[in-house]
Amino acid sequence: MSQPQAAVGAAVPRVDARLRVTGQAKYAADNSPDGVVHAVIVESSVGRGRVTGIDARAAEAQPGVLKVISHLNAPKLPPVEGRFPPGKPLRAFQDDRVRFFGQPVAVAVATTLEIAQHAASLMKVSYDAEISLTDLSVADAAGETQTYARGDADRALEAAAVRLESTYRTARNHHNPMEPAGIVARWDGDRLTVWEKTQWVQGTVFNLSGEFGMPPDRIRVISPFVGGAFGNAARTWVHSVIAAMAAREVERPVKLVLTRRQMYFAVGYRPAYEYGLRLGSDRRGRLTASTHDVRAESSRYETYSESVLVPGRMLYSTPNVRQAYDHVPLDVSTPWFMRGPGYSSGAYPVESAMDELAHELGVDPIELRLRNEPADDESSSLPFSTRRLRECYRAGAREFGWHRRNPKPRSTRDGDWLIGMGMAAGVYDTMRSQAQASVRLDADGTALVQSATSDMGPGTATSMSQVAADALGLTMRQVVFRLGDSLMPPAPVHAGSQTMASVGSAVQDGCDNLRKQAITLAVNDEGSPLYGADSADIVIRGGRLSLKDEPTRGETYRRLLARNERTHLEVLGSYAGPSGPEKFSLYAYAAIFAEVAVDARLGLVRVRRMLGAYDAARIVNPRLADSQAIGAMTGGIGQALLEHTVTDHRDGRIVNANLADYLVPTHADMPDLKAIFIDGQDYEADPIGVKGLGEVVIVGVAPAIANAVFNATGRRIRELPITAEALL
Amino acid sequence: MVGGVVTGPPVHAAEDAVAAEVPPGSRVSLTVNGVRRTVTIDNRTSLLDLLREHFGLTGSKKGCNAGACGACTVLVDGRRVNSCLTLAVRLEGAEVTTIEGLAKGDRLHPLQQAFIDQDAFQCGFCTPGQIVSGVGCIQEGHTGSAEEIREWMSGNLCRCGCYVKIERAVEQAAGRK
Repeated sequence: MSQPQAAVGAAVPRVDARLRVTGQAKYAADNSPDGVVHAVIVESSVGRGRVTGIDARAAEAQPGVLKVISHLNAPKLPPVEGRFPPGKPLRAFQDDRVRFFGQPVAVAVATTLEIAQHAASLMKVSYDAEISLTDLSVADAAGETQTYARGDADRALEAAAVRLESTYRTARNHHNPMEPAGIVARWDGDRLTVWEKTQWVQGTVFNLSGEFGMPPDRIRVISPFVGGAFGNAARTWVHSVIAAMAAREVERPVKLVLTRRQMYFAVGYRPAYEYGLRLGSDRRGRLTASTHDVRAESSRYETYSESVLVPGRMLYSTPNVRQAYDHVPLDVSTPWFMRGPGYSSGAYPVESAMDELAHELGVDPIELRLRNEPADDESSSLPFSTRRLRECYRAGAREFGWHRRNPKPRSTRDGDWLIGMGMAAGVYDTMRSQAQASVRLDADGTALVQSATSDMGPGTATSMSQVAADALGLTMRQVVFRLGDSLMPPAPVHAGSQTMASVGSAVQDGCDNLRKQAITLAVNDEGSPLYGADSADIVIRGGRLSLKDEPTRGETYRRLLARNERTHLEVLGSYAGPSGPEKFSLYAYAAIFAEVAVDARLGLVRVRRMLGAYDAARIVNPRLADSQAIGAMTGGIGQALLEHTVTDHRDGRIVNANLADYLVPTHADMPDLKAIFIDGQDYEADPIGVKGLGEVVIVGVAPAIANAVFNATGRRIRELPITAEALL
Repeated sequence: MVGGVVTGPPVHAAEDAVAAEVPPGSRVSLTVNGVRRTVTIDNRTSLLDLLREHFGLTGSKKGCNAGACGACTVLVDGRRVNSCLTLAVRLEGAEVTTIEGLAKGDRLHPLQQAFIDQDAFQCGFCTPGQIVSGVGCIQEGHTGSAEEIREWMSGNLCRCGCYVKIERAVEQAAGRK
């Protein structure tokens, strides 16, 4: 009983496009419940120590100031467990400790934003400052090394015919979504409603419930639109607790929006890494061994880690691998997942070294990768569910014109510009989690599908509507998908590229079941033209049930429901997620190609064009997938060439905590960008055959650009971002 | 450090005197999306905060509050400006157009339609500023080539990376496509 595929796979426009182009889409800070007042956070101006005094007199004397809250007068909150990352999460004004520069130490609440801002500026905070340590390059590791090994890598390296050894460094990057973190919190008696910018409404419910020691069913979190996040709205940060606390203290709804500067201290970042890599191979370029010694920054109060080692242990066939991951605790705020977390940082050294090995051996970089293509996942000994990386190389090389690349570095010129081409592979694991979705078909023949998921930009409502439309046999116009309310059926965090696989599978399940329910109703209904038919012979198109081989025999949902006096049919769809150990190695893959121009005299790097070829299995909407892919190329250009958080290590102050000095790509930086998707499905991954897209598309972008810079200049830059200074 | 322009008493005034003063306010009349409005506001209020917090016109967004991102772009007397850097009290008699004022009833402005046609947004947060800026860019005649559009749209950041499609949308609406 399969349904025709009409919506899935089609490049349909976004269902919520009109709201977004007319300014009607309501993001968190756009909400102003009656009586709303404003809160502004005061941050620590030392990097470590204790708050010894808070003089709030001038602030409190301002007309319109309702309250100033700090650890001196904040209500005591119940203890909470740190789940991830392990450690002691930052709490809202529960002690006098300063853990990092920029930590909230007080909040001013006032009737208007202007008064609250001014009041915050009048606060006098004194400190007993201690020496802070924020420099990864000089700090010691925590001493709890995470390791991985297969074979004997050190011995195999000794014996290798060809050896490479280098240390790569990557800068800290900040997500910098265009929408700052923000929240509006309102108490109605002992019930709390928040409009928060979040990738996980039910995660916020859970966390606020713990912070305030109150039952989760008294908290509602609403977040229908998320103005970009790239990971940093996938955690309930302390400012949200501060806003809810302030609202309770002043007994008014409170709006709290972080300043752009505060975003650099308050909502995580991609951690800086030092990645020591050794590769050994035979003369033909077959890898024999690799070692990976990684140092990553984390905070002192939490131990954050991410999958930076994965590409180095599974992307290529390598019999001997040894890996070590060390946390370096610093007086900084805790890092957090940023698009392609771990993988994008780990792919840079691995893919740079593969390019270097190809150059050393005089082998084409794609050919070298093909020679090391594994038969199965050597890190887990599992077969790949699907791995179409060869196809990505082939299709990408053809579309990009890779054959025109001169393998000899610094051999192509265009006036003052040195031209080079580079490529790199990318990989990201296929995450899936338990999810549910409610499906309701109304008597008018339209359907409402709901799940407490989120949309930070990929177009969740659109892609889910496509899945629902096909499974229900409706047109896109007949389906509405709603998300972003914690009262809806549970969904996992909208992160890790798992939303389509998880929520999409729940939507499909619910819609399949509802369709079957309707068909059962029809074939058992003497008044239906389909009475007595075999359910398996019935398809539904455009809201009309009919026999597959006799399309004239049938009726609409509307007639069926009306005759049976049903106002609606309703089903709860669910997806259980993976259960037990995986039987397959599940990853999405990418091959990224870049052409750069480097000014021979100025060291300026310009990306001229890029192309990505992706194996993400089934593509639900090529139009949205294209936007995601070229968007990630744009982000990857930032990671490769521009983005670098600069810390003054004397006190841990971030000196470029704004969008004028922390450089991100702009319109004028844009080259020609193109994405192609390798046809396929992966039903080992999930019932709808997708592998996730949002993360894999950024993995490999930075090393492809770095490798193109090498091809252009003959200079191997082992530090991101690649700046003009490094090339001069 | 909290941002924002702080106007207040002279710097030599004693702190207690500062505290006792009522925030200085002014009356201003301006036209927003064709509607004349008169308000008395705190002198420190930016045009962006006036639109968002006082008029309920939340389409214009606050991305940086420092003129670096363009999410707050509106037209003042036909010119595109960063409303976060514009004090509202200096706009006596001005005509302001925001994203909410572009469509004619149900009929979208051609650039709004072009943004949909080209899928020129993802999260949508920078979109109002991009569209208003694009309207300004087209009116100014800076649409002679893709390069020119990119250059003259570079005050508007998009972190989802929709630039390629935004440029195509501006081209489409400018009639170049």
